[in-house]
Amino acid sequence: MSKVILEVNELTTNYVTRFREKIYAVDHVSLKVEEGKSVGIAGESGCGKSTLALSLMGYYFAPLHYSSGEIIVDGRNISGMDPDDVRKTILGREISYIPQAAMNALNPTQRVINFIEDVIQAHYPKTTKKEIYELARERFELLGLPAEVLRKYPVELSGGMKQRTVIATSVILSPKVLIADEPSSALDVTSQKMVIKMIMDLMNKGIIKALIFITHELPLLYNVTDDIMVMYAGQIVERGTAEQMVFDPIHPYTRALMGSIIVPEAGLRDVKLAAIPGTPPNLKNPPSGCRFADRCKFVKPECRAISVGLRDAGEGRAYRCIIPEEDLRKAYQSEG
Amino acid sequence: MKDNTVILSGRGVTKVFGFGANKTVAVDHVDFTFRKGEIISIVGESGSGKTTLAKMLLGLVSPTEGEIYFDGELRDIRTHKKKREYWKNIQAIFQDPFSSYNIFRKVDAVLLDCIRMRGGGNLPYDEKLEMMKRACSFVNLKFEELTNKYPFELSGGQQQRLMIARIFLLSPKILLADEPTSMIDACSRATILDMLMGLRNDIGMTPIFITHDIGLAYYVSDTVYIMEHGRFVESGTADQVILNPKEAYTRRLLSDVPKLHEEWDLSTV
Repeated sequence: MSKVILEVNELTTNYVTRFREKIYAVDHVSLKVEEGKSVGIAGESGCGKSTLALSLMGYYFAPLHYSSGEIIVDGRNISGMDPDDVRKTILGREISYIPQAAMNALNPTQRVINFIEDVIQAHYPKTTKKEIYELARERFELLGLPAEVLRKYPVELSGGMKQRTVIATSVILSPKVLIADEPSSALDVTSQKMVIKMIMDLMNKGIIKALIFITHELPLLYNVTDDIMVMYAGQIVERGTAEQMVFDPIHPYTRALMGSIIVPEAGLRDVKLAAIPGTPPNLKNPPSGCRFADRCKFVKPECRAISVGLRDAGEGRAYRCIIPEEDLRKAYQSEG
Repeated sequence: MKDNTVILSGRGVTKVFGFGANKTVAVDHVDFTFRKGEIISIVGESGSGKTTLAKMLLGLVSPTEGEIYFDGELRDIRTHKKKREYWKNIQAIFQDPFSSYNIFRKVDAVLLDCIRMRGGGNLPYDEKLEMMKRACSFVNLKFEELTNKYPFELSGGQQQRLMIARIFLLSPKILLADEPTSMIDACSRATILDMLMGLRNDIGMTPIFITHDIGLAYYVSDTVYIMEHGRFVESGTADQVILNPKEAYTRRLLSDVPKLHEEWDLSTV
C-alpha cells in the first residue's frame, strides 16, 4: 500500500443562514487518496460536491464554517487551523483548487507572467522576477503550453487556453493535492480534452501527487479517475472503483445516475434514459432516515425511520442503504 | 409523425460580419431542408457559426445572402408586424433560462403573456387557469406552488421546465433549442430532453437542437448536421453520421468525447 497523501475523517462543515440556521452541506465525509491516485466525486447539483471541495482546502470563510472532523495532508492535520495560516502555508503549496470559471481569475489588465509573479511572491516574497520567469517557462513547456502565452494579456487567449493557463499557474508551486471542481464544464469538447490531458499530465509528470476531480459528467469521470464517490444531500452514498461504479452500481441512487449517461455509442438510442423523479431534500431539515427515500424506487417503510451508515461491500467498496447488496441486485435483475 | 412537408428550408444562407480586412464569414452558403416533425440537431464547436445560424432562423439576425423559406414560401419579416406574426410559428429556448425571463414578472404573468400571444387574452380567467395548469403539469411542475414566485426563486431545472411550459402554451410550429441542457446537470437532462421530444409527439412541433454535445444529438435526433467554420460538412440520419462518420472532422469531434466502452485517446490533442 502506497503512501496516503490526503486523508479526511468524518469531515462536517456547515453553512449559517441569515436566520442563524445551520445547514450541514458536508455531513461526515471520509475519504482517502493514495499517492498517484485520483478520486472523482459525482452527484446532482446541490448535493454538496462543491462545498466538499471548498471544505477540503481547510480554508473557511463565512457563510461556510468548519464543524468537526479532520483533514490530513501528507501527515499534517490542517483542520481547525487559522484561516490566515491556511492561506499562507497550505493553499497553493499543499492543496490547490481550480473552480469551474478558473479563467476569470486572470486580471484583464495584467500580463499572464505578472499574474504568476503575484502567485509566487505571495508565498515566497524573495523570489526574483527572473527566477519566476524561468520557472514559469519551464513549467509551461512541460505542460505543452507555448511560452509566448506568458507575455500575453488574457484577452489574447481563447477560453480553453485561459483555463489551461490558470491551471498551470495554480500548480506552479507543485502542491500535493489538486482539487478540480468542474474544470472543463464551460468548454466545448475539444478544449475539454486539452484541459483533461493537462490535468493527467500533471499527475503523470509528478507535479501533483493526488487529484480530486468533481463533475456531474459521468463518462468524463470514468475516463479520468481511479475511484468514484457519489454524493447525495451532503453524504457519500457509495464509493468504489470507476469500473465498478459505472457498470455495477449497488446503491439505487448510483444506479439511477448511471441510467442518465448520454454517450455517442451504438445502442444509446434504444435505451430510455431514466430520469430521477423529484428533487433532493432541503438540508435545512433533512429527512430522519435515508435521505434518498423519497425518490427511491425500492423504498421500504423502515428506510424513513433508520438512518444507516456506509456499509462495507468488500474491496474498498461501500454503500449507504438499508437493503443488503444481494437483495438490491435481485431487485435490479427482476427489473431488467 | 414525420411527414414530408418541408417546414423550413434555406438556400445559400450566408452571414458575414464586418467588412474588408476584418471580414468574418460566420455562416457560409448553407443549404438545408427541415421537414415537419423531424428532430434536427446542428452540431458544432464554439465558433462554428451554429448560434449565428440559429439567430438567422429566428429572424434576430438577417442573412447577408441567401433565402430562408418558411412553410413553402419565402420568409418575409421586413416589418415588425410581420416579425411578430413569424414568431408565433418559431420559438426558442436558450442555454441560460434565467437570462430569458423578465426578472420583475412572476411565473403566472409569464404564462398569461403566452396565452395572450396566442390570442386568448379575452378568455375567462378560469379557462386561462386551466390552460396554465395543463402546461405546468406537462412539465411536472405544480402550478399552485409557483404562481406567486419570481423566476429567480426556481432552480435551474425548474426554470428550464417553465420555459418548456411557455412553449407548450405558445405551441409554435418550430422550436429552436440552443444548448438547452448545458447548464443543467446530467440527471435532469434526461427529463428536459424527454419533455422536448414530448412536445413533438403532442403538438406536432419540429424541434431543432443546436448543440456541441454530440452524444445528446445522437440520443434525440432523426437528422444530424455537423457544422465546421460556417459550413455543413456532413449531414444524414443520426445513425449514419454518428456511427459511421465519413468526414475527418466528425470523427475528430467523436473522438474528443469521453465514452464508456471505448478507450479515450488523450494523445491526439
